[in-house]
Amino acid sequence: MVHLFEMHGKHIAYDSESCSIHELDKESTEVLRLYINSDGKRPSEAELMKLCDQPEPELSEIKEICDDFDEMIDSGALFASGAPVEFSRLYPEEPKIKAMCLHICHDCNLRCTYCFAGTGDYGTGHRAMLSAETGRKAIDFLIAASGNRHHLDVDFFGGEPLMNWPVVVELTHYCEEAGTKAGKDIRLTITTNALLLDDEKTTFINDHMKNCVLSIDGRPEIHNLMRPSPGGKPSYEPISKRIKAFIKARSSKECLNPEHYIRATFTRNNLDFSEDVKHMADALSAGNISVEPVVGVDGCGYEIRAEDIPEIEKEYEKLALFLSGRKKEGSPVNFFHFNMDAATGPCVYKRLKGCGVGAEYCAVTPEGDIYPCHQFVGETKFRMGNVNRLNEIMDESGHLISGKSTTDILDAEVRKIFLDRLMPNREECVNCFARYHCGGGCAANRYFSTGSLDEEYEIGCRLARKRLECSIWLLSEGKSELM
Amino acid sequence: MKHIKTIQEACVKIPKSGKACGECQTSCQSACKTSCTVANQSCENNN
Repeated sequence: MVHLFEMHGKHIAYDSESCSIHELDKESTEVLRLYINSDGKRPSEAELMKLCDQPEPELSEIKEICDDFDEMIDSGALFASGAPVEFSRLYPEEPKIKAMCLHICHDCNLRCTYCFAGTGDYGTGHRAMLSAETGRKAIDFLIAASGNRHHLDVDFFGGEPLMNWPVVVELTHYCEEAGTKAGKDIRLTITTNALLLDDEKTTFINDHMKNCVLSIDGRPEIHNLMRPSPGGKPSYEPISKRIKAFIKARSSKECLNPEHYIRATFTRNNLDFSEDVKHMADALSAGNISVEPVVGVDGCGYEIRAEDIPEIEKEYEKLALFLSGRKKEGSPVNFFHFNMDAATGPCVYKRLKGCGVGAEYCAVTPEGDIYPCHQFVGETKFRMGNVNRLNEIMDESGHLISGKSTTDILDAEVRKIFLDRLMPNREECVNCFARYHCGGGCAANRYFSTGSLDEEYEIGCRLARKRLECSIWLLSEGKSELM
Repeated sequence: MKHIKTIQEACVKIPKSGKACGECQTSCQSACKTSCTVANQSCENNN
């Protein structure tokens, strides 16, 4: 489908099926609008005549524009048809779990107001640390479950994983050894609030972890409002100092793993979140930033409401303008949700699949419980299994027993719920121009906002569309400069 | 084209195999930053 929009004085057409992007002027915008209204058919002469009511343009010029659009349609660059894709093509054999959010710790040294994890214990009432033994079983499970997939991902998560640092170190080495032995490339990420980050941990993370996600909520007053220490003490000062030092080390020429993100959450308290992005870019020298909307319970006071959307949409546009300016100045800032590289992005099959929750991704808790993702931990009806049952399907040398599979220890009914969540099956996604960049959105956001995995989370949808528009605009800004 | 400037040509990626290879990153964009669902991933398959 063709999506036509205007941003910062530029008219842009985006064809979601073909991923083509075109800048238009006033005349071609009006002509394309007629094409969109007639589902890609050339407008009638009478319709085109209405565009010539002013002195300009002349009908001949309008017809030339139509000729150009007709050529683009014939070549598949506009109004490209989306051929239906069979489910069997989306998964070569069957879905394989190949990414894991490994919960190193169900405890935390902060008490963030909006924490989806109940400030560390995931609402279970008890705080726990992952043992190295359970962690190794989780890695063994991942390797076995991944079948012949080569690229695996493990995120050391929490709570706050740095609180259980010796296990992080041990499991890092285990991933590297076991992964190599099994012919896998296990990429490691660690997600941390940085409060316990020191030089030793920084060096280890930089030597071993492909990615690092550091949480801070932008300006000091915003961060301290939502991310206090236990007892309510502000945490911005110690955290910002550590993050700044980490970024410097991570960005140095000696570091072989430069990838990292500074990740913030915005709430109703800071709908002007572009100011937080600017703060982090300036005060922390952050070059890779992500700011995401909170998903809060209705009535909590900081939740994003439907009436906030117009303001948030304008804020994203303002942010895009700021980022464009920084790029032109020669000090670019990479904003995660505005990343878009249409040319080398995912294929027709991946773009239908979304994040992989419960199908190709799972979370494992300190108790060894397997869930579809970290957000569902504690929602026991979505518990998929436990890695401590590996001895039922593996021999002592860590190989799968003949005839056994990791799916034998997974709850097939729970898994099916998530396998069936493919984006093409959802009516509200079929006519959305952002569907291939959203993949159906976050299952957890849907569930915790609406009570159902299947109800539309309208706020998430609208923000995803605006972020995609900003991404497209930035892409066009960048490429326009080169033309 | 006088009134239309193409910024990105049509670029749908259709694997020669006719099916997904399954190597794409599948973890959470929020927790792990390995993918924005799909938008900012690069294809992992060189074929």
